[in-house]
Amino acid sequence: MLKVDFLLAGVGGQGTILASDVLAAVGLHTGHDVKKSEVHGMAQRGGSVTSHVRWGDKVYSPLVGRGEADFFLAFEKLEALRHIEMLRPGGIVLVNDYTIPPLSVSSGSDEYPDDERIRAILGAVTPNYYLVPGTTLAEELGNARVNNIVILGALSHFLADVPPEAWLEAIRGRVPSRFLDLNQQAFLAGKETMDKLHTARNCG
Amino acid sequence: MKRLLSGNEAVAWGAWESGVRVAAAYPGTPSTEILETFAPMPDIYAEWTPNEKVALDVAVGAAYAGSRAMAVMKHVGLNVAADSYFYASMTGMEAGLVIVNADDPFMHSSQNEQDNRRYAKFARVPCLEPSDSQEARDLVGTALDISEQFDTPVLLRLTTRTSHSYSIVDLKGTRPPQSQAEKPSYRIDTAKYVMVPGNARRRHPIVEERIGKLAEYAETFPYNRMELKDRSLGIVSDGVAYQYARQVFPEASILKLGMTYPVPARLLRQFASQVKRLIVIEELDPFIEEEIRLLGIPVEGKSIFPICGELDQQIVRECAIEAGLLPSSARVPVAQPDKGLLPPRPPILCPGCPHRGVFYVTNKLKLVVNGDIGCYTLAFLPPLGALHTCGCMGGSIGVAHGVAKAGIAERNVAVIGDSTFFHTGIPALLNVAYNRSNTITIILDNRTTAMTGRQENPGTGRTLQGSETVQVEFEALARAMGIQRVHTVDPYNLKEVEAALGDCLAADEPAVIIARRECALMPEARKTWLPLRVDEERCNGCGLCFRVGCPAIVKSDVLDAKTGKPKARIDPLLCIGCEICAQVCARQAILFRAQLAEEEGGA
Repeated sequence: MLKVDFLLAGVGGQGTILASDVLAAVGLHTGHDVKKSEVHGMAQRGGSVTSHVRWGDKVYSPLVGRGEADFFLAFEKLEALRHIEMLRPGGIVLVNDYTIPPLSVSSGSDEYPDDERIRAILGAVTPNYYLVPGTTLAEELGNARVNNIVILGALSHFLADVPPEAWLEAIRGRVPSRFLDLNQQAFLAGKETMDKLHTARNCG
Repeated sequence: MKRLLSGNEAVAWGAWESGVRVAAAYPGTPSTEILETFAPMPDIYAEWTPNEKVALDVAVGAAYAGSRAMAVMKHVGLNVAADSYFYASMTGMEAGLVIVNADDPFMHSSQNEQDNRRYAKFARVPCLEPSDSQEARDLVGTALDISEQFDTPVLLRLTTRTSHSYSIVDLKGTRPPQSQAEKPSYRIDTAKYVMVPGNARRRHPIVEERIGKLAEYAETFPYNRMELKDRSLGIVSDGVAYQYARQVFPEASILKLGMTYPVPARLLRQFASQVKRLIVIEELDPFIEEEIRLLGIPVEGKSIFPICGELDQQIVRECAIEAGLLPSSARVPVAQPDKGLLPPRPPILCPGCPHRGVFYVTNKLKLVVNGDIGCYTLAFLPPLGALHTCGCMGGSIGVAHGVAKAGIAERNVAVIGDSTFFHTGIPALLNVAYNRSNTITIILDNRTTAMTGRQENPGTGRTLQGSETVQVEFEALARAMGIQRVHTVDPYNLKEVEAALGDCLAADEPAVIIARRECALMPEARKTWLPLRVDEERCNGCGLCFRVGCPAIVKSDVLDAKTGKPKARIDPLLCIGCEICAQVCARQAILFRAQLAEEEGGA
């Protein structure tokens, strides 16, 4: 029985929910049963946000269980660490190479983990982790907010069965038309980057 | 038409498709989006009321007057509406009334995790529970039909997961035709609708008889569904717990209850007799479990699964393995990397939040602060740590009055948001005025119901459906209650806040301070956003500005040569230019908007 579970995590305001909306719509478009779950309210205000998306022949629970996520998209590095055990050991995690220090870090009472530690923790769960310059690429395109779409583009590299139109159609249905070009560029930038990263990894 | 909808959106569609004409609610997570989705639909009336009790009275009135009606609230909202809920059960109505109630297991955004199925039994009202969005849509119409057939309000119980999960819904997209010419009529029946003791005594047996008939109806209710498979294990389940049960036990027999009160006794006995071991998988209280026990059927439930928090497939699986219902090989392998302690990322007051100015000053004056429900509750967290109690909607003012009457040495204040003040703060302020305590009530008037996503309220001048309307004047209202000491301040102006508080503290009488400044996330406020900047030459890294607790102020990589401490830096992506930190800085190292403009002009 087919099942693909996605976990998305980020900081309130990063577009985590929008990305999960797109992912759910793509699942629907490609003929799957789909469920999506997220938490509104207090968790959104600059706090840690997660969204669960499940595709399958028949999906029961709207939540992804611990150790069950096939793909984990993290829009911020600390949030990647916070939820990494949700990933199936050996699953694929795409991390936006971007730091948003929480208040306790900016006020100096906590330390933000360095990249070495981040890689060590991710690597302990899966060899298939990728740091994607999502926000950097989005900024190069002129708007940091499309970092979420860059990461979706990177994800599309791994979902070869999904036709590109399904992604673009889902994005079209969810962003204002004046930002459509920008979002399409962001998606393609993410995909190309991942194509290169993956090739480099496989050859190296 | 098939669409991916949240449970909340599906309820709105279900209400529209089954002919609900009047709907009322007070916003509350996880129920808020129901009325937001319903309000723009054609041929309906929907409103935000000041609180849930009023919402339910409004819906009852519409149903008395022959219109299908819906009241919507979160679980604790039904506590506020309980008085109305109980009389509505006694009287019944002329047209269908559905009370949509969203429980919040795990308290994602609530102060407690009460199980409102208890309210169904408490008031002899049937309780329906969807397990996905399709059922959420379908059960609204079913609830209204039951309401009319049995002359009772019906509780439609959602939980956070059914409210905020999206699944595929098949919609009709049409609404039953309504005769436009004919207005609904008001049928006078005082014996049924005037609940004086004499009438109420005659109604109570009718209510008891009604719940008996509903129990009979439950036996063949199509959403009470028996899925007979492997007979070694029988599971009774409801709501989203059914989804976890089915995922973890694909081969088990399940009796899924779509109506959890009253329970179908014969169906339960029949199911129990066909399975070897009977368990209940339900979130929160052992409600179904107790009902089954009352029938004398041996059953297990909370001895296996937790009473606190939400369930999910992992918890259900682990508990089942523990209880010997599944082999340990069923366990899903989970990596356990050594993560050490990660810095937490709790929800925080947004950069530029006007509440921050008030709390900075109450901290400076070392005041005891009794808080209320809203964004400002977050001020209890470090580094502000400025709020010392918070219990429920409208609680702050009464608690502060009680604290004052207890005769403590410190002065204490109540802080309450504009919408929360309308909700249940008004009678409490009236009590302060009437019974003369020196309580200082600070109304944090950010011109919106911010926490639930910025809804209209009686102070904003607009209704849910977008009409212009009156705006409450807090100052006049406080004076009309008999409070003479009333100040209005801009919370972005720390001197002004401190002066007003100083004046109130010097006096021994009830006082009100209205701290008025639009929520920084409002579209109008966004237009004025302008990030400030730290003058690195002047900053010596004293750290005073960090105590403001604004996420836009971060430690710079540059250390001060003398003190060796990191200087402050302002994140231009987060700062909106409220200038609170600039007022706090003793070395004038944070540039005000005017100084930035001057620099720009000079350059």
